[in-house]
Amino acid sequence: MKKKTGLVFFPAFDYAISPTHPEREERLLYTQDQVNEEGLLDFDNIFEFKPDLCTPEDINRVHFCVPGIDELVHASHLISVGGTLTAADKVMTKEVDNAFALVRPCGHHSMRVVHGTRGFCTLNMEAIMVEYIREKYGESHGIKKIAIVDTDCHHGDGSQDIFWHDPNTLFISMHQDGRTLYPGSGFPDELGGPNAFGTTINLPMPPNTCEEGFLYVLDEIVMPILADFKPDLIINSAGQDNHYSDPITNMKFTAHGYAVLNDRLKPDIAVLEGGYSIESALPYINTGIILAMAGRDYSQIREPDYDAEDQIQDPRITDYLKRLKEVTFNHWENREALRSQVYPDQSFHTRENSIYYDTAGIRESQVETVRTCSDCGGAVTIESRNESRPKRPIFAVQIPRFCCDACRDWAEEQYAAADKYTYEQVFLQDKDNDLYLEK
Amino acid sequence: MILGIDVGGTHTDSVLMQNGKILRKSKVMTDKSDLLKSVMNATQAVTTPEDIKQLRRIVLSTTMTTNAVAQHQLDPVGLIVMSGPGVAHGELPLHDQAKFVKGYMNHRGVEAEGVDEDEILALKQEFAKQGVKHFGVVGKFSTRSPAHEKAVQALLDDHAGHVTMGHQLSGELSFPRRISTAYLNEAVWRLHSQMADQLQSYLKQLGTAVPLYILKADGGTIDVEASRHYPVQTILSGPAATIMGVLPYVPTSHDSVSIDVGGTTTDIALFADGAPLLEPKGVQIEEHKTLIRGLLTHSIAIGGDSHVRVENGQLLIGPERKGSAMAFDGPVPTPTDAMIVLGLANIGNKEKAIAAIESVARDFGKTTEETAQAIMDLACETIAAKVRSMIAEVNAKPVYTIHEMLEGKVLGPSDAIVVGGPAPYMAAQIGKLLKMNPIVPGDSDVINASGAAMARTTVELTLMADTEERLMSVAEEGVLTDIPRGFTMDDLIEIGREKLENVARIAGAPEEDIEIEVADSQSFNVIRGTATTGKNFRVRLQIKPGLSKQAGKHAAN
Ligand SMILES: [Zn+2]
Ligand SMILES: [Zn+2]
Repeated sequence: MKKKTGLVFFPAFDYAISPTHPEREERLLYTQDQVNEEGLLDFDNIFEFKPDLCTPEDINRVHFCVPGIDELVHASHLISVGGTLTAADKVMTKEVDNAFALVRPCGHHSMRVVHGTRGFCTLNMEAIMVEYIREKYGESHGIKKIAIVDTDCHHGDGSQDIFWHDPNTLFISMHQDGRTLYPGSGFPDELGGPNAFGTTINLPMPPNTCEEGFLYVLDEIVMPILADFKPDLIINSAGQDNHYSDPITNMKFTAHGYAVLNDRLKPDIAVLEGGYSIESALPYINTGIILAMAGRDYSQIREPDYDAEDQIQDPRITDYLKRLKEVTFNHWENREALRSQVYPDQSFHTRENSIYYDTAGIRESQVETVRTCSDCGGAVTIESRNESRPKRPIFAVQIPRFCCDACRDWAEEQYAAADKYTYEQVFLQDKDNDLYLEK
Repeated sequence: MILGIDVGGTHTDSVLMQNGKILRKSKVMTDKSDLLKSVMNATQAVTTPEDIKQLRRIVLSTTMTTNAVAQHQLDPVGLIVMSGPGVAHGELPLHDQAKFVKGYMNHRGVEAEGVDEDEILALKQEFAKQGVKHFGVVGKFSTRSPAHEKAVQALLDDHAGHVTMGHQLSGELSFPRRISTAYLNEAVWRLHSQMADQLQSYLKQLGTAVPLYILKADGGTIDVEASRHYPVQTILSGPAATIMGVLPYVPTSHDSVSIDVGGTTTDIALFADGAPLLEPKGVQIEEHKTLIRGLLTHSIAIGGDSHVRVENGQLLIGPERKGSAMAFDGPVPTPTDAMIVLGLANIGNKEKAIAAIESVARDFGKTTEETAQAIMDLACETIAAKVRSMIAEVNAKPVYTIHEMLEGKVLGPSDAIVVGGPAPYMAAQIGKLLKMNPIVPGDSDVINASGAAMARTTVELTLMADTEERLMSVAEEGVLTDIPRGFTMDDLIEIGREKLENVARIAGAPEEDIEIEVADSQSFNVIRGTATTGKNFRVRLQIKPGLSKQAGKHAAN
């Protein structure tokens, strides 16, 4: 069925991390050529929109930028994140049925605390968009439960971190097995925090998984879980680096497969993430995704060098994916029972994280504490230190959306008690009141 | 002296101009069956044999090809399309008449699948049996490499009446539009050639060898002989003629808008620092979206003769025109009647105008005077709203660099040039609503003819160089040549400049009008692995729409 599809296209032809970096000026050049040559914007149900700029308020709803936004964020980030917010606005106001933010640079490796750029990402576009939607349209449009399906080849560790304690956001990441690829995480037993156990789902796939395998995981695992969770909104964190020609990964997905995936997943909003085969893959994948989202015929999408023989999947991969399905449903269906095994009954749970920023060359160490709560996602505190700087740590307090009174009281106490002698900076992020304080 | 002629559906207008001033003007009836006669009558109405000797140029604007498309008087075209994978064939324009054949290029102009000669030869026989004489050959990304289009053209050559190759018509990307444009070029080919023949005999009869130009959709002129190859470019030149007629009154120091209030519709155009804005992709005629460069116009169905009435207590104007104003014995009340009642216009029969507005006033429940004012207010506000939305739309156009995003030009017109019959009566009020300075040019009854007379020749060229492949291409010329090591963007622009000067001369541009500008230039790295292995340069050069130096000095400039 034909749908009105919005396209926010921002190739940022004047931005690169460095001249030969995969995230560079011409990353979307050939995509733009293909989209123009195919005449996609002349279809009566495809509309292009200019991105808006995102604001500090939008960023502060999700991140704790250290030392601050100005020191970390470049204009390109404000536009790429702004583009996702434009896409969200067009969908929420029903100007279009769905939208694709074809913007760069990417974002899904960015976590709550941001000391710099990691995995080419500075700001988490999907997360900022999710909180923007909840803040602006949540009540009026009845948006509470949101599902993010991350189809980038790399584990969406930033998004996982941000939604780790959020029971209202189902985060599913399909990616190449972390034992063989950056960032090295995303295993099936990473299932979420004590108040949101089970709403983080990781589906690592072996290298060389083909179109058959991807669509198996989609049809047999992702779609049934989505049907069960019943989200009000589905977001595709749409990386394109699973393609067989991608230079920095090892998978064998196809342009046609990406089109099928989006046709079946039917995301309300898709946001471009990675994808670095800028000549051989992106032009065809993006054409396929746009056609599929618009409900048009994508059956003739095919790369010039497509090789059907190469798409015959190793049976061992097929077997592995069957086992992945069993394990995943075991977790999903028994998540209540499993929670008490993983998180014993206690008032607070603490985890220590060591985070490496490959792009910026920073090592961050974190101690995160969440208040166990059956009434809300639980208030969280994070003590974070940038190991490469001889400074005191920062302290961040997060009051979740739909926060209960007990969690709020505890969080406000933590913020009040944190002193400037112990900490370089102290932050309070209050999602319910859309407030961000620093002392 | 220069002569401008606008052959319209009803009237043929002509002006004889010197130093930007109209010496003589005329309106004669168009004889639809005899173009030559109409043009000759219009010429003789404003010139003496002595004037003819002093002419430096004649420019003609005609709606003949436009009408042929609108009335579907088109010749059959053998359409051969090399699509390759991508958008499904069924989604492409004219897919029911196109023959889809093997062969396609990728986005860098590298062959992905070759042409199958036997397939083309079989098609050639099929077309011969059907008596098809006109062919359009279109390949995906043929602007990046025309090799396939050329190969098919060569195979058809001995038999064909004529073949248009997609890459010849535009260097822009859009495969569906390329198909439509190539098709239309052939579908009006014969008709346009006949017209060119007639115009040659017109020149003979006049006994002069003065250059004769035809106006194109982008408001530029092209020599009538050169136009034989690109008849499609003369489609939709009507609105362009008006805009070029307005141009002498458009200030070059800031932005402005032109508003052409006609009987049925009002056409709006925008100018950035004096230069008319172009359609971003190309003009659309009937259902055909094309790559033909054209001036950007938005239309709204409201004009001096629009049908005025009250429905459910609501005052309505248009979109229909039932006839002329009642002051001129028309059938229904119109805004023109209201302007007469208000004393703004001293034309027609005032009693009849009053009677017309009285009939509206009865349904509206107000006095005749109040009703006339309400009609006037609504007409002006409707037009002003359309102007505002067009400016907003232009300013909302996506951009693709951070620089343009943060510092890009925002269009903010401060002058409104209002033309057309009701212009003198409406300009002040529209100007006030838009907070713009209203300007009403004189002689706006023959503005299309004067616009055509003064327009300069426009041309454009799309170039691309790939220093890794050591190749450069000129899209419209179908040229693909080697480049030396160390080739730069400046080298590409220089080569393009020389080529475009030639193109301009062939199109009939006088030397003084050959002012080439770089419309667009972009440079990208080509990277293999982690090493920069080359550069990808993209350049578009043009002589943009404007007034010919031959037209002399102008009022406002
Ligand atoms: Zn990735
Ligand atoms: Zn709580």
